[in-house]
Amino acid sequence: MKPIVVLGSGLAGYTLVRELRKLDRSVAITLITRDSGDYYSKPMLSNALAQGKSAGALVITAATDMASQLDFTLLQNTKVSGLDREHKQLQTTSGVIGYDRLVLALGADPIRLPLQGDAADAVVSVNDLADYAKFRGAIESIKQDASHIAILGGGLIGCEFANDLATAGYVVTIIDPATHPLSSLIPEHAGKQLLEPLAVLGVTSRFGVAVQAVNKQSTGYALTLTDGSTLHANLVLSAVGLRPRVDLARSSGLVVNRGIVVDAHMCSSDASIYALGDCAEIEGQVLPYVLPIMHAARALAQVLTGKDVRVDFPAMPVVVKTPAHPIAVLPVARDAIGAWRILANDPEIKLGIKLGFFDAQNLLRGFALTGEYAAERSTMTKKLGESEI
Amino acid sequence: MKVWQCVVCGFVYDEAAGLPAEGIKPGTAWADIPDNWACPDCGVAKADFEMVEL
Repeated sequence: MKPIVVLGSGLAGYTLVRELRKLDRSVAITLITRDSGDYYSKPMLSNALAQGKSAGALVITAATDMASQLDFTLLQNTKVSGLDREHKQLQTTSGVIGYDRLVLALGADPIRLPLQGDAADAVVSVNDLADYAKFRGAIESIKQDASHIAILGGGLIGCEFANDLATAGYVVTIIDPATHPLSSLIPEHAGKQLLEPLAVLGVTSRFGVAVQAVNKQSTGYALTLTDGSTLHANLVLSAVGLRPRVDLARSSGLVVNRGIVVDAHMCSSDASIYALGDCAEIEGQVLPYVLPIMHAARALAQVLTGKDVRVDFPAMPVVVKTPAHPIAVLPVARDAIGAWRILANDPEIKLGIKLGFFDAQNLLRGFALTGEYAAERSTMTKKLGESEI
Repeated sequence: MKVWQCVVCGFVYDEAAGLPAEGIKPGTAWADIPDNWACPDCGVAKADFEMVEL
């Protein structure tokens, strides 16, 4: 019998293999990864600097140890060039690999803004451990100057990096065309709570403007913004979002929308192929966060062992790791009907703000908790669906 | 008092601070947290935490 082949060694791929092994100790599993496959925690990439952790120190378990602990065949540094669904095989740089079932846990690519200027290509993104190692090398080489780092994007990753870099002593500017931090997750008065705590650390926030061009200077780069102003930076870090990796699925004829389209069993339009994690669109939702990946991986492990299990996502708050002002959010869909309401806000002691999103029946459907209120996320999650908060 | 970190998501448990919102009092040692406790951020079990040097 051919193996279950897992493509990808991120949180999605490894969690699936771990959960699958808990249920079935004998099924053959092959894991293919384009890099070393060493296991690390991706959320830590935007928090590691202030903790003094190098890229190497972020490796929790080497890929070869993962392979022996979880008993799978490991194909490292292997690129997949084609997927032949008819013969159920993959063309790879390590040869043709047949599969019984295939799990696509490919992840997502950082979105690159279309920038002008002769240094547009010098803008860095940190999307995996190898990127992080390069990024650390780059910021350490500029540390001697009055080193200024410009961050494109004031979303979750941009704000976390800003907090981390500022804590480590760098001068940081966040630039984002939105009106406020975390604009895709929380309303303006919640997002703006983050501005002052970050400013205290030395972060300059430039919301409402975008970067047009990045040009090389004798030291570092000159950024031209849409309001006509310019800014000098020694390094430009882009954190403007992720795009699911769908090329392999699309070229082999699988149904693809924003992500690889799968049902509640994580099954794609091909009954032998599943998708999981940042590359997947599960029943219309792309959920690139830890908690949904864990839930989907557990459900898929059961599906792959023959159980009729649908993933059932509970309420999954998203935590923004900005120690200067922590934030916990239960996001609501962009088209959700209802309104945000302030539940608590103490301007005197600047604790932060507590917002609830209430639907047409006045029931709590989402929340945004900032500052000390962020610690109330479990309590608030239990109150979902209630009207008395 | 030690500090522990979830290997999946980076969530930090500081024994000195505890997790009052989760019903864990400040000063609760890691060893005294029940085995069925799960990381509030990502849901992994207690066994999937490791100690970090802070």
